[in-house]
Amino acid sequence: MFLKFFYTLKEIGIPVSPTSFLTLQKALHQGIINNLDDFYTCARSILVKSERYFDLYDQVFAHHFEGIPLPENDGFEMDEIARGMLDEWLKDPKALADALGIDEKELNKLSPEELIEYFKERLKDQDGEHHGGRKWIGTGGYSPVGHSGFHPGGMRVGGQSRNKSAVKVANERRYKDYSTAGPLTQAKMSEALKRLRNMIPAGPRDMINIDDTIKETLRNAGEIELVFDRALKDRLSIILAIDNGGWSIDPFIQVVQTLFDYAGAQFKEVKTYFFHNTIYDYVWEDPSRYKKPKKIIEFSRLDPDTRLIVVGDASMAPYELMAQDGSIHISERSGLPSIDQLHFLSKTFSNAVWLNPVSEEMWGYTHTIMAISKIFPMYELSLDGLEKAVTRLMRKN
Amino acid sequence: MYQESKTEFQGAKKYVLDQELASIVNISMKLEMPLLLKGEPGTGKTMLAHAITENLNMPLIVLNVKSSMKLIEALYQYDTLTRLNDSRFGDSKRDVSNIDEYIKMGKIGQAFCADKKTVLLIDEIDKADTDFQDDMLDVLDQMQFDIIETDKTIKAIHRPVIIITSNAKKDLSDPFLGRCNFHHIAFPDPKMMRKIIGVHFENLDDKLAQNAIDAFYSMREIDSIEKKPATRELINWIRALIADPDFRAKDLVKGRLPFLGVLFKKSPDYERVTNLASRRRMF
Repeated sequence: MFLKFFYTLKEIGIPVSPTSFLTLQKALHQGIINNLDDFYTCARSILVKSERYFDLYDQVFAHHFEGIPLPENDGFEMDEIARGMLDEWLKDPKALADALGIDEKELNKLSPEELIEYFKERLKDQDGEHHGGRKWIGTGGYSPVGHSGFHPGGMRVGGQSRNKSAVKVANERRYKDYSTAGPLTQAKMSEALKRLRNMIPAGPRDMINIDDTIKETLRNAGEIELVFDRALKDRLSIILAIDNGGWSIDPFIQVVQTLFDYAGAQFKEVKTYFFHNTIYDYVWEDPSRYKKPKKIIEFSRLDPDTRLIVVGDASMAPYELMAQDGSIHISERSGLPSIDQLHFLSKTFSNAVWLNPVSEEMWGYTHTIMAISKIFPMYELSLDGLEKAVTRLMRKN
Repeated sequence: MYQESKTEFQGAKKYVLDQELASIVNISMKLEMPLLLKGEPGTGKTMLAHAITENLNMPLIVLNVKSSMKLIEALYQYDTLTRLNDSRFGDSKRDVSNIDEYIKMGKIGQAFCADKKTVLLIDEIDKADTDFQDDMLDVLDQMQFDIIETDKTIKAIHRPVIIITSNAKKDLSDPFLGRCNFHHIAFPDPKMMRKIIGVHFENLDDKLAQNAIDAFYSMREIDSIEKKPATRELINWIRALIADPDFRAKDLVKGRLPFLGVLFKKSPDYERVTNLASRRRMF
């Protein structure tokens, strides 16, 4: 019964398992479910295990039992892409209007909801990939909604290959695994991070050491001698430095956030700092990189056992890394190029890694990535890379 | 089988139940599957277990999960120290050669050994690591576990009704989810909230209740509040308002909001709301 319903759920992307379907059958046979309302709630509680899919479930349910048409094929993803385009639009209305080949003023008249609808329409129009043109989403063109295009702000020219717009990434869904692919991946992520610990005895001596107690008692000719130990606690301190500047990192912000939500929950002593592109004289404690600067030089006071994790795409113009006046902030020009500061950091903290959201096969094309990966062991920001990075951080020196 | 008349869960004195949740609870009990509840803090996840206990007249056993907890602690504990002590002094009534006397049941063990059907509430399961969760589900699935020291198997006499709560932060592992039924309790809407307030306060002035709820929901909507106040806070707030002899219900409409500290417990939130509230009074 309801096989088709089950498969529609599966097709639309809700992770439903056959076992849970059997459970539903059992419930049906026991006669607990007497009407459609019961079926709706029970099937949901048995089949759907996360509130994230409740909305989709509702859509499928309405479709199956009331004949309401399902959203377009891939409707769910289409929504995401359209939303991405809206973000793009907010950033630079003119560029997007040009890309779509219509007048900016026309688009200006639309409300955000209407815009999304409009984008969806346009997305449906597009068949196949489109490269090198200037109207549509594709590669190598100069539309802002593709990749390897140029940034309409005209900020970066050299060195910056492949800037990524959120839309393009959503379209490719290459990072689906990390952002939305569901419970297993997230659990894995925390699994990977779990190995980042350094258990050392701390606190009062309140744990009895059974083995030693027995030994000491025997030595004491049976007179009980209790031996207490300190409990093991995780005392690993971690510094996270996140590149949150520039739109090249934007598509990865969600991934990075998920990662650090876990990190925050898992570690007692995590310090998070932010920087833009690369590290000069300061990093900041506030994401806007304005209020609370922290001098890099002060890091030398910290315990050298601290683990440093840098997250960034390491992609920038070579002079930003190499030149003495590479920083865009005048106040930051102490005469040391960023590359020296990075060397300083890697010398201060022998356990440091750089996590790069850019996929590993692309690293060779960007000069600065290569340069930085010579300073820090660099790993891709993927589950695999994360595992490797953690292993590296926890290696015995 | 337990008595047929008392198997349907219909809500309790201090718990307002929506029909959807009632049928989910009932189906989980019939299927004998654990029910996993998620939702914002303060939506009554834990209260549900208490309500079931009250309604079906079963004892409640609560397992508060801690991050450092090992599964064995939830099952049983072998009290080596007491045994060592007893063997040394020999003055206790316990039989030192009988290990069973030194086995103490943990919360899950108690639920299994209880001589009547119990409600087992496993609170905030997300605090523990995934190994704990998966292992525990194995035990709950098979309804038995072994005591290694005595080589005995403890089987559940009555399958307990199992309610598991989780604070929505992280998702649980797939095998875990596969063995539970799932429900997400949404934050109650104002109408529902009025009913909830109703069961907590008898003879509450209708105007006061309505104004307090209106103010409460508009405050929940203020942007960038770190910790939104939940039902628990609202109930405490109303309690505070009633206790204050100078307070008039219409003050709330005017934007005079006393005791905000009851609702907002983080200082940035508190300051933000106080600022907004005083500004509104100016108009």
